[in-house]
Amino acid sequence: MNPTDLANQASAQAQRALELAQQARLLAEAHVAPVAAAADPFLFLLTIFLLACFVGYYVVWNVTPALHSPLMGVTNAISSVIVVGAILATGLGESLAAQVFGFFAAMLAAVNIFGGFIVTRRMLAMFQPKKRG
Amino acid sequence: MAATLSTLAYLVAAVLFILALRGLSHPETSRRGNLFGMVGMAIAILATLLRPGMATGGIGLIVLALAIGGGIGAYIATRIQMTALPQLVAAFHSLVGMAAVFVAAAAFYAPESFGIGHAGDIHGGSLVEMSLGLAIGAITFSGSVIAFAKLQALMSGAPITFKGQHWLNLGLGILLLVLVVAFVASGSAALFWAIAILSFALGFLLIIPIGGADMPVVVSMLNSYSGWAAAGIGFTLGNLLLIVTGALVGASGAILSYIMCKGMNRSIINVLLGGFGTDTSAAGAVAGAGGDRGPVKAGSPEDAAYIMKNAAKIIVVPGYGMAVAQAQQVLREMGDLLKKEGAQVEYAIHPVAGRMPGHMNVLLAEANVPYDDVKELEEINPEFAEADVAYVIGANDVTNPAAKTDKASPIYGMPILDVERAKTVFFVKRGMSSGYAGVDNELFFRPNTMMLFGDAKKVTQEIVQALQK
Repeated sequence: MNPTDLANQASAQAQRALELAQQARLLAEAHVAPVAAAADPFLFLLTIFLLACFVGYYVVWNVTPALHSPLMGVTNAISSVIVVGAILATGLGESLAAQVFGFFAAMLAAVNIFGGFIVTRRMLAMFQPKKRG
Repeated sequence: MAATLSTLAYLVAAVLFILALRGLSHPETSRRGNLFGMVGMAIAILATLLRPGMATGGIGLIVLALAIGGGIGAYIATRIQMTALPQLVAAFHSLVGMAAVFVAAAAFYAPESFGIGHAGDIHGGSLVEMSLGLAIGAITFSGSVIAFAKLQALMSGAPITFKGQHWLNLGLGILLLVLVVAFVASGSAALFWAIAILSFALGFLLIIPIGGADMPVVVSMLNSYSGWAAAGIGFTLGNLLLIVTGALVGASGAILSYIMCKGMNRSIINVLLGGFGTDTSAAGAVAGAGGDRGPVKAGSPEDAAYIMKNAAKIIVVPGYGMAVAQAQQVLREMGDLLKKEGAQVEYAIHPVAGRMPGHMNVLLAEANVPYDDVKELEEINPEFAEADVAYVIGANDVTNPAAKTDKASPIYGMPILDVERAKTVFFVKRGMSSGYAGVDNELFFRPNTMMLFGDAKKVTQEIVQALQK
C-alpha cells in the first residue's frame, strides 16, 4: 500500500466521521431543543423569584412587632448580598471600568454588611426577658 | 470552586437568610437568627471569591474594598446611639441603592464577566433587567438620602410641596419608561447614565413632600426598594442568591409599609403623595379656639408622683417625644420605683410610634425594660379600662379620640390607644401645640387629664425624685 492510498483512505474515513458527528449533532439538537425551551432561563429565575416572595411574605408576618427594627437591620444587611455581583466584576477583571465600579460597589456593600449585622446584634442583645424574683 | 459547587453554596446561603428572618419571630431565637445571617453572608462571599477565573490582583482589590467598607460599617454600627437608629437605617439603604447602581454599571461595561453578551452587544432581556435594577437602585439611593437628611434634621421634616408636583413626577416617570425602552433598543452608554440621573432626580422628588412623622412608612418602603433593586440585579446577572434575597427583603419592606399605613388608617398612595399635616393645621386651630371646652388642668411632677404611688396599674404610652428627650432610662427608673410600691407597670406601643417600625421597642429594651412588659396596641387596649394611670410621654395623635368620633378629622379611622379609659391620664408635653396631624387633642381638656408641662426627661426625673422621698 503506497502512502498516497493511505492518505486518501484516511481522508475518506475522516470525512465519514465528520458526517456522522454532524448527524449526531442534529439528532441531539432535535431532542434537546424542546427541553431547553421548557427551561427558559428567565422563566426559571422568575419562578424562583415568585416562590421567594411567598417565603418572605409568610416568614415576615411571623416576625413579632417588637422586633421590627432588628428586622430592618437584618434585611438591610442581607440585601447587601449584591456584593456577589461586585466581587465578580472586580475579580474577573474583564474591563477597567467594571473593576472600578465593582470596587466601589463592594466597598459600599461591605459598610452595610458589617454595619447592618453589628447594629442588629446590638439591638437584639438589649431584648432581655423579665428578671425572676 | 466549580460552578455547581458555588451554586450549591448560594443555596445554603439563601436558606440561612430565610432562617435569619425566621429567628426574629421571638426575641429568644433572634440572636441565633442574626448569626445565621452572618454565616450565610460569609458563605456567599467565600463561594464567589473561590470561583474559577478570579484573578489574584482582582481578589486583592476585593479584599481591600471589603476591609475598608467593613471597617467603616463596624465603626459606625458600634458607636451609633440607639435614638439615631432610623437615620442610620436610611443611610444604609442609600448604600445598597448606590451599590446596585455600580453593579449595574459594572455589568454594562463587562457583560462577559456575567455571561450576558459582549460589550456593546448585550442581550435584550438582560438590558431590561439591568435598567430595572439600575433605576430602582438609583431611586433607593436618592430617596434614602432625603429620608436620612430629614431624620437627621439636616433639612426640615416638614413636607416640601409645590404646584404641579405630582404632574412633574408623573411626567418624569413616563420619561423614564421611554428612556428604558430606548436603552433596551440601542444599548447606548449615554442612555444608561441618563436613566441613572433621571432616577436619582425621581427618588429625590418622591420623598421631599413626605413629612417627618410619615418616615416609618418611607423607611420601610425604601427597605423594600433596596430588596427589589437587589432582585433586579440578580435577574441581570442570573444569580439565584441575589434574586431570593432581594425577594425576601422586598417582601419584608412591603409588609412593614403595609403595617405602618394600617397603623395610620391611610393608604400607601396617600402617604406617598405627601403633604400630610400642612393644610389641616389652620382648621385645627380654629376649632380649638371656637370649641366650648373645659379648662386645661396642669399639674406638678409631685402631684403625679402622689397619684401614681397610690395606683395599682399604670400604663406608660411612649412616643417620638420620649426618643427626642432621651427619656427612656429615667422612664424605666420610674417604672422600677412604682413596681417596688406594688404597682403593675406596662408599656403600650402604637404601631407608628417613633420614626421607624419597632423604634420604641428598641429604646425601651435599651433602657432594660423587660420585653414582656411591652405590649402592642391590640393586646393592651382592653387593659386601659382597669388602669389607674395612663402616663403619655411624647405621644399625642395616637391617643386622640377624634380618630374614633370626628369624621372630619384627618386622623379619622386611625387605630388609637384608648388612654381615655384610664382613671387618670397624664400628658407629658412641652406645650399645648397639636401633634403631627395638626389636630387638637380633646383629651387635654377632660377633667381626668392632668398636663405635665416640660421636657419629657426632666419631668420624669422630677417624678422619680418625688417617688424616692
